Parts: sequence; structure tokens; C-alpha cells
Amino acid sequence: MFTGIFKDTSVRILITFMIVLCVLSSLVLPDWMQNNFMYGLSRGLAILGLMLLWRTNLVSFGHALYYGFGAYAVALCQKYFGITDILLRFAIAVIAAGILGFCLGFILRKYREIFFAMLSLAFSMVLYGLLAKAEFLGSTDGMSISPSTLLGMELTRQYLFYLITFFVICAAISIQAYLRSTLGHLTTAIQDNEIRVEYLGYSVQKAIHIKYVMSACLAGGAGGLMAASLGQVDPDSMVNWNVSGELVFITIMSGWGNILAPFIGAIIFEFIRTYAFEWAPQAWAAIVGGTLLAIIFFFPGGIWSVIEKVFNYGKKKNVK
Amino acid sequence: MQFWATVLLDGLTYASYLFIVSLGLTIIFGVMKILNVAHGSFYAWGAYTAAFAIGFITDNELSEALFLPAILISAILVGVVLGYIIERFILRKMYNQDIHLIVLATFGVFLIFEDLIIITFGVDPYLPYQPAMMLGWVDIVGLNRGVYQLTLILLASIVAFACWYGLTKTKWGKLLQSVIYDREISVAMGIDVTKVYVVTFIGGAILGALGGAYVAPTTSVSPGFAIDLVVLSFAVVVIGGMGSIPGALIGSLIVGILRAFAVHQAPILELFVVFAVMAIVLIIRPEGLFAPPKPRKI
Repeated sequence: MFTGIFKDTSVRILITFMIVLCVLSSLVLPDWMQNNFMYGLSRGLAILGLMLLWRTNLVSFGHALYYGFGAYAVALCQKYFGITDILLRFAIAVIAAGILGFCLGFILRKYREIFFAMLSLAFSMVLYGLLAKAEFLGSTDGMSISPSTLLGMELTRQYLFYLITFFVICAAISIQAYLRSTLGHLTTAIQDNEIRVEYLGYSVQKAIHIKYVMSACLAGGAGGLMAASLGQVDPDSMVNWNVSGELVFITIMSGWGNILAPFIGAIIFEFIRTYAFEWAPQAWAAIVGGTLLAIIFFFPGGIWSVIEKVFNYGKKKNVK
Repeated sequence: MQFWATVLLDGLTYASYLFIVSLGLTIIFGVMKILNVAHGSFYAWGAYTAAFAIGFITDNELSEALFLPAILISAILVGVVLGYIIERFILRKMYNQDIHLIVLATFGVFLIFEDLIIITFGVDPYLPYQPAMMLGWVDIVGLNRGVYQLTLILLASIVAFACWYGLTKTKWGKLLQSVIYDREISVAMGIDVTKVYVVTFIGGAILGALGGAYVAPTTSVSPGFAIDLVVLSFAVVVIGGMGSIPGALIGSLIVGILRAFAVHQAPILELFVVFAVMAIVLIIRPEGLFAPPKPRKI
């Protein structure tokens, strides 16, 4: 699965992009931008997961379930076991969300279209309903998270950023490896015609289940990293339905052409939000909503389609 | 006994306004196959406009008899204006698109209108309690409840009856039903679907706004109060069956009474029960409890 993965163009572009981002943000750009990159990259993991589902024409309007679950897993492990190690935090968030996704996947893999969206929404709102009312979890105020450590050492924000970039690169490479495998190629086949895939001898439900667990893991990891970098978890900004809506929005904005697209989309979203908040604090949501409409109407392929056009990236392969 | 009466009464009141709002949502879904997140905007705008109108009436010491007409007129005004704008300029361009994209577009509209509210009405909460004060309180089986809240049940019954009558006894209702049942055949039969869509969307919008406008006197109208409602009315519609009108009635009764029960018995489960029921219904009967059987098309 991983053989020759570093010769893959997408992977090379991804690694180059991340290194350039790291160098630029530590040498040239101001500190607040580094924060935006950090949030964008963390959230980008969840978007990557949604992009996987989107490729099979499944849109989850409840992915905040895993996002929030990962974040709360990190918060709870700190509260009860005193775990602040960033590696452990990331692992806990990914595994917790993965297990939840594995269980729910047995039900969700049978659903398509609007029913899939609605059932995932219902599951995420069940978690929201519990978290928002549970006093020992801080109800709507949430919980605060202490700064992360690495193998017992204090971790500055600079190094946290490098680590997040590292996690992101690892995750994105694994996803690219998956997309290149037979299982990954099934993705678009299922979107085209499920019955034919079944006739070819593959189990559609199993393929969707695997994909679903992967996207749950990614969203959980995103939540865990987000919790670590924000230093705060609360149900309204982590689990509520409009968070899921936001995640789907960034997915559409990014486009699904490449593994790098979700991260670019998520970073751009962070910047839109920061600038909108600065220029028009009363109307930042309206600016975000307006962007969403503009994307749907004018760039249905998302930002990646624009990038592709600008760099003529897709064309080179076809010319012989 | 006392406990059950409380649950029943509170549940009914709550179910009534959920029903009015969800009815709009389910009709829009049934006819246009659009899951309208912006329905929350109709609700919020209805509430704000009514609150503003009530404030205007009180400030200028106009007659108290104007409260009810003011509420109704603000609902209709909001429904017609917002409904028309959204249908004409956004949804009409997207009818052939993927259903998820349409949901997202309405989500974008919802975000925009949420902020327009803050820009128009400010961030301070409105407390238009005057109509509720005017009608006073009453004792029912030992429970002290506002008369205004009880009229909500009456309003919901009127809306339910009007809807049933309109759909089964009038020409427009029959046109709607045929579009709900099979859009392509209806077009082939010569029904002007564009017109049906506009009317449906505006009708649904008016219902959403009416729910908000009528509830305004009983709560504090503040920014963001539509966020919970959107997803609650989704739950109602899903439980009853998307696009089913009796479904909206049953769904809102289930959600209303369950929630009232949870509030009095185990407040921690208030939201949990609603969405747990929604998930269970989707697992057992994905098309909803009362959805019409779907003929399989090839």
C-alpha cells in the first residue's frame, strides 16, 4: 500500500507545502497567522475525513460528533488520568473516535443520501444533548485544557505547530496510500453504481464502513488537536449541529480533487473568519454564509478546481 | 396525577409551536424535496418582527386589541418577503443540483439572515411580554398557566384544521398533493410547478414565521435563539416522516410530550431523549413513522 508513496506527485506537493508553511510562519509571518495555520491544519484533518465520504456521495451532517468526541476524550483523560502528552492526546482522540465510528458504522453503512445525513445529525445531537446538560462535564461552559507536553517536556506553541504539521503530513500520506489502493479506487466506483460494484465481488457496505471509520478517526484527531491548540472544549463550538454544517461547508469550499485541498480550504476558512471578525464583528457569520453561497454558485468544484486551473496541474498528465 | 397533567399540558403547549414550525418545514420538503435550514431564519425573523411590533404598540399606547393582528401581520409579512427572496434568487437556480448542496445553500442563507437580525434589531434581547400579561393566568387542575400559552394549542389546532381542509378540499391542495406524489407526472399533466413551488415556499415560510411570532411574547427574543429550533424541527419532521403532514403532527406531539416529561423528571436528558428518539426512528423506520409508502422507481 505504501510502496512508492513518496514518488506520488500529490504527496510531494503536500510535503513541500507543509515545509514552506512551517518555514514561512516561523521566520516571516506574524504570530497570529501561525495560530490560524494551526487551527486550519487541525480542522483540515476533519475535512479530509469528510472529503473521503463526499467521494462516495455521502455527506455527514453530524461529523461534529467525532470532532467533539475526540476533543472531550482529550479533556477527560486530562481530568481523570492527568494525561497531557501531545502524542498520547492525539492517539486517544483518534482511537476514541475510531471506536465510536466503528460501532455506529454498522448502522450508518446501510444509509444513503438524506437519510445518512439525518441519522448522523441525530447521533451528533444525542452527544450534544448529553454534553450540554452534564454538570460534571462543565455543561455549556465546557472544560479547559492545560498546555500540552511532549515526553515530559514543556511544549511551546511553536513546537506544537510543528508537531501538528507532522501529524497532518502522516495522516494525509496514509489517506493518499488508501486512495491509491483497490479499496480506495472503489470509492468513486460506489458513487457511480453500487450494484455493479457488488457484482464485481466487493462488499459495498464493508467498503463504506472502512471509509467511515477512517473519516471518524480523522475527525477525532482533528478535535483532539483543536482542543490542544485552543486550550478549551465546549459543546457549542465543538459538537452542535452548526459545527457540522461548518465542516461540510469547508469541504465544499476546498473541493475534493486532492489530499492537500482540505488543508488549504481550512486555512483559508480560518483567514476569512479572522478578517471578517476584525472588519465586521456583527456580520462575520453573514460573510461566511455569503462565501458559502458564492462558492456553490460560482465555483462548484471548490478552491482546488481554481488552483488546478491556475497551475494547469491536471493537464500535464494527459499530454503525451 | 398532578405530575401527568403538568407533563401533558406543558408537552401540548410545546408541541403546538413545534407543530406550526415543523409543518412549514415538512410541506416544503414534501413538495420541493428541499431540507430548508433557513427555516430557522423565518422563525427568528417572525419573532423579532412581532416583538418589534408589540413594542411599538405599547410605546405609543395604542389599543391592546392590536396585539393579535400585529402578530399575524408580522408573520405574513416576514413569510412573504423572506420566502420570496430566498425562493426566487437562490433556490430557483439550484433545483437540479445535488440535494446536499441545496441544504448547504440554505445553511448559508441561515447564517446571513442570523447576522442581518443582529444588524437590524441589535444584540439586546426583546421581552414582548405584554400580550401574555394582557390575557392573565388561569388554574387548570391546580396548575397555574398563562392563558396566552394555552391559546397556542388553539392556534395549532386551527392551523392543523386549515391545512387538512386546504389540502383535501381545495383545488390548490390537490395540485400540491399531486406534486408531492410525483413531480414529473404532474408537470406532464400541465401543472405549473414553478408557481406551485413559490406558493409552497412562501406558505411554509409564513408558518415558520407564525411559530416564531406567536411564541415571542412567552420568551426572551435574543440572537441565536433559532439555532436549537432548526434542529428540533428537523427531529420532528424526521420522526413523523419527511414530507408527511400527519407525521408532523404526531412527531411534534411525541417530541413535545417527551421533552416535557424529561424536563420535569430528568432535566439532564432534555435534549437527549428527543434526538435518541430521532435516531431510533431512523434506525427502525428510516422513512419516518407516517411517511407515505414510496413506490420504487427504476
